Amino acid sequence: MNVTIVDYNSGNISSVINSFKEVAKDKVNIKVTSDLNKIKSSDKVVLPGQGSFKSCVDRLNNITGLIDTLNEFTINNKKPLLGICVGLQMFADIGYEETETKGLGWISGKVSKIDNQNGKFKLPHIGWNQINILKHSKIFKNIENNSHMYFVHSYEFVPEDKNVISATTDYSSNIVCSVEKENIFGTQFHPEKSDRTGLKIIDNFINL
Amino acid sequence: MLKNRIIPCLDVKNGRVVKGINFVDLQDAGDPVEQAKIYSDGGADEICFLDITASNENRDTIYDVVEKTSKKCFVPLTVGGGVRSIEDINKLLNCGADKVSINTAAVQNPEVVTESSKKFGSQCIVVAIDAKKNGDKWEIFTHGGRNNTGIDAIEFAKKKEDSGAGELLVTSMDRDGTQVGYDIDLMSKISSKVNIPVIASGGVGNLDHLVDGIKLGNASAVLAASIFHYGKHSVKEAKEYLDSKGIPVRL
Repeated sequence: MNVTIVDYNSGNISSVINSFKEVAKDKVNIKVTSDLNKIKSSDKVVLPGQGSFKSCVDRLNNITGLIDTLNEFTINNKKPLLGICVGLQMFADIGYEETETKGLGWISGKVSKIDNQNGKFKLPHIGWNQINILKHSKIFKNIENNSHMYFVHSYEFVPEDKNVISATTDYSSNIVCSVEKENIFGTQFHPEKSDRTGLKIIDNFINL
Repeated sequence: MLKNRIIPCLDVKNGRVVKGINFVDLQDAGDPVEQAKIYSDGGADEICFLDITASNENRDTIYDVVEKTSKKCFVPLTVGGGVRSIEDINKLLNCGADKVSINTAAVQNPEVVTESSKKFGSQCIVVAIDAKKNGDKWEIFTHGGRNNTGIDAIEFAKKKEDSGAGELLVTSMDRDGTQVGYDIDLMSKISSKVNIPVIASGGVGNLDHLVDGIKLGNASAVLAASIFHYGKHSVKEAKEYLDSKGIPVRL
């Protein structure tokens, strides 16, 4: 099996690579590339993302044909894709970080700044927070409710259809931290930095 | 609920741990990778390496350390010391650091903070503030605490938040190495001035100091070095103690 981590200059993806390689050992091929043909022939794709919503969308757009290839992989061929952090946020129709930016539009909704209640809550939301599992997601197999995950973000994904939400976390309000819609999976937290529990989520995705 | 973080810090010189945990089962007490792994297995919420390598020719040793550590520890890894340029930051991130802390350069070349937070995202840019009390204010020191800049630490903190820093690592030069506790006044003043998380550092001698840093200093995270060295306290003990004092921690 081939799992491709999309390398589109979205910032620091070393930790994502290391964690997938740790979990995959020799059983699964982990590729790191922006080569369209390699993405097309993959069994699964991981879409990481750091920095702002706008910068990540811009960087996807900078690689000719990448968005079309991802659309084909995810929407037409219905193959499993995992978005991490801004990778998840880009599923939305629109994001408001820096400036209004169009997202991939795979899951209807918007990405807006976390309401910090006039400074009562610090932003970014950095550190370990517990997840409240709302529906069984395939990537949560053997993950206990209220497990701790590592977060670092200031913006949140607000999907229109609440049925896609698989988990939330409590920080100033209930923030969406995981979604599942058919073959599309996403986590706002960083499984690659969430210790053994995070690695289990990666393992679940690889074993889908 | 967001948990307060405990961050053990390891001083690394020429690729070796200077002060470290002195456990009998350690194969090599000077190996930063092995020590970081002990911390992360023990529940550290994050690991911090401070590179104190003095000579330029040995600077590259830290990259090798970071690369090896990031393949074994799956909690956030912050690396600081000698970070001067965007290129330094880029190299550390590529080796597997999750955050980079910038000290002297944040004062001398403020654009390093502005540009790096734009390029890599605020989430990986930590500004390290070394401050020393002078009368009724605190002044910023650079070059590992050797140079007094006369810059007001609290105003500087606010400025760095505006420039895009994601977190502030605040060390009291008066308290560092003394084991008498954090400079609570400094921590709480900076924490109330900025809206980004503050990591308290400098002066921890016992577990109550960690409690004070969070409860009185309003720090989001507490960094300590020596209390975790030589097995005086384990990270797990520290977390259990904080929990017993009603502080939310990841257990």
